[in-house]
Amino acid sequence: MSADFFFQDVRLFDPSSGIDIQGSLLVRDGLIADFGASPGRPENVKIVTADGAILCPGLVDMRAALGEPGFEYRETIHSAAAAAAAGGITTLAALPDTMPAIDDPALVRLLRSRGEETGSLTILPYGAVTRGCRGDELAELGLLREAGAVAFTDGGRAVGSSRLMRTALSYARGFGARIIQHPEDPSLARGAVATEGALATRLGLPSIPACAEALLVARDIRLAELTGGAVHFAHVSTAEALALIRVAKDKGIAVTCDTAPPYFDLNETAIGVFRTYAKLSPPLRAESDRLAVQAGLADGTIDAVASDHQPRDVDDKRLPFALASPGGSGLATLLGITLAQFHNGAITLAQAIGLLTSRPAALLGIDAGRIARGLPADLCLFHPEAIWQVVAGELPGKAQNTPFDGRALEGRVLGTWKAGRRVFG
Amino acid sequence: MVYPERHLLAIEGLHPPAIAQLLDLADSYVLLNRSGKTQRDLLRGKTLINLFYEDSTRTRTSFELAGKRLGADVINMSVSTSSVNKGETLLDTAATLNAMHCDLLVVRHDQSGAPNLLAQKVDAAVINAGDGTHEHPTQALLDALTIRRRRGRLEGLTIAICGDVLHSRVARSNIHLLTTMGSRVRVIAPPTLIPAQAEELGVKVFHDMRSGLAGADIVMMLRLQKERMAQSLVPSAREYFRFFGLDAEKLAYAKPDALVMHPGPMNRGVEIDSEVADDPERSLIREQVEMGVAVRMAVLDTLSRPAAEWAPNVR
Repeated sequence: MSADFFFQDVRLFDPSSGIDIQGSLLVRDGLIADFGASPGRPENVKIVTADGAILCPGLVDMRAALGEPGFEYRETIHSAAAAAAAGGITTLAALPDTMPAIDDPALVRLLRSRGEETGSLTILPYGAVTRGCRGDELAELGLLREAGAVAFTDGGRAVGSSRLMRTALSYARGFGARIIQHPEDPSLARGAVATEGALATRLGLPSIPACAEALLVARDIRLAELTGGAVHFAHVSTAEALALIRVAKDKGIAVTCDTAPPYFDLNETAIGVFRTYAKLSPPLRAESDRLAVQAGLADGTIDAVASDHQPRDVDDKRLPFALASPGGSGLATLLGITLAQFHNGAITLAQAIGLLTSRPAALLGIDAGRIARGLPADLCLFHPEAIWQVVAGELPGKAQNTPFDGRALEGRVLGTWKAGRRVFG
Repeated sequence: MVYPERHLLAIEGLHPPAIAQLLDLADSYVLLNRSGKTQRDLLRGKTLINLFYEDSTRTRTSFELAGKRLGADVINMSVSTSSVNKGETLLDTAATLNAMHCDLLVVRHDQSGAPNLLAQKVDAAVINAGDGTHEHPTQALLDALTIRRRRGRLEGLTIAICGDVLHSRVARSNIHLLTTMGSRVRVIAPPTLIPAQAEELGVKVFHDMRSGLAGADIVMMLRLQKERMAQSLVPSAREYFRFFGLDAEKLAYAKPDALVMHPGPMNRGVEIDSEVADDPERSLIREQVEMGVAVRMAVLDTLSRPAAEWAPNVR
């Protein structure tokens, strides 16, 4: 059996429970047995301590592509689990636009059990909204839900048809599940690889107007209102979309959203002269949009920060810009880039950790992302000021396609525990 | 030498002295070519490869002739898009070229940025002969040389670029070059053919020929591809010609001695009327072709010089 751990004299931090104390925490039989300013230290435990370190709930990443099934050359569940552990992530919701797509209950069960096999990562599969994520016929949402799909999405593809989106929202409501939308008007986005503006004009790249995001967000808010269904917008990246979401939330419509580190840390200038590692979907935006995303983190409009991990290998990326595959790896950098927003004063530490733990857990409907007696000991120990540099080629896991190559970060994971077992550090 | 780069990938970023140096050198090659003399020792023993992923008789031939006049061994490689899809990537091609010890690589590709990618991987000096909708630097240089020889200067001239600016690498390179050299540049097209925030490139945008051409010294026409009609960016060729095709009537809006240019190949009756295109008093179109060879000789000459001659302090 795994050893018991005693975290001694660390800063215990869980914004959802309002815990922020210098103290200790005992893990016994894989569960959080006790914690507090000075709980008793039993015999026969491994003592973990680190000056200035913070112990928080294991991170909950609500959006990542794993490469399995079908794209094992990019990432396997095994390699993704290693990268997740190094990033402090203990629970991850996996996108269904794989090959084949996760549109069958058997595949949902397969992914769940493949997660369990890793011993370090709980994988929560999303089910496809439409068969094959092709956007024409509704998948078997009820059966997928029964098999354990946490919500429904077509991953990187928008549900473009208004009629189908209405049906999906309406039908999923009966099973208490959200529809997660990639908010981008597909006909405006067709063939485009960058955000419309001076940069795309200079580089001669086919571009998509930023309002393509707001168009779909506006439509789907109205459809959520019409159907009473719950819609969640993934990787929101524009000021205009956030403004619409803010108003909808105030009206009490069932609307939520997340964003990903590139959209509050980078802007389109990261593309430089055709840097394909900065080719993402949605594309990087203007600086004014980056600032709006930052503000959305601070004012609570954005409910979660997800890694938006999209593994790609060199052959996917070493191509002329328009032909390169979009997406960046994000598991190992999720915490560090989010903490940068705390270090620069845009958000508090409680906001940063909440966006990575309890808030995505609540969206996924799982009891995780918090510190409480009796819960599985999914924990992340990090030093908020420890410095490291992101170097493509030296990241954990297979996917080295980070848009943050060369970025210096403050905030480093020292150790990760899954159900009381040390899985990193 | 003030030309600061190992490659010629784009006009954007080049400073006026570097551009002027290339034009001055090209001027001397115009004289050499007209005198019937050659300078076949300059690139003797050097290998120039024309790597064309898109068809282009005009540009390829121009580079071939330029290379041969300077004594280089010239090899033409035409790569059809279908064989690219069969597998060999741009970087595999780069490895092949390195093995062939290519000194000068001229690349035409349908993707913006493809020459930049190649330049990272090949040992040769890379010359962009047109990439996607990004840039076509030697076209801009030859256009500038043509104008400068006729008008004696670039500074202060009003130059109107008319047509499909959105998809035109020729327009982008010309805009960068001419604004850098102090010309006043206008673009004229329907709004659907103007790229977003075009003003940030330093041009004035017009949507009608009358006001756009008023007072222009040079009228530069761009080719309109049939594809644009299929994309509904323009309803029909006849409608386009009615409003944006250059004929004698519209040319009359420009200065009385305004000159007409076109990078070719022309779509007569779509963007330009034959009467204007063939007018020896007004049309520079044939002269542009002659300047093309001289400019490419100047570029090959400059890029084949040893690295020690580059001035690293000029950027």
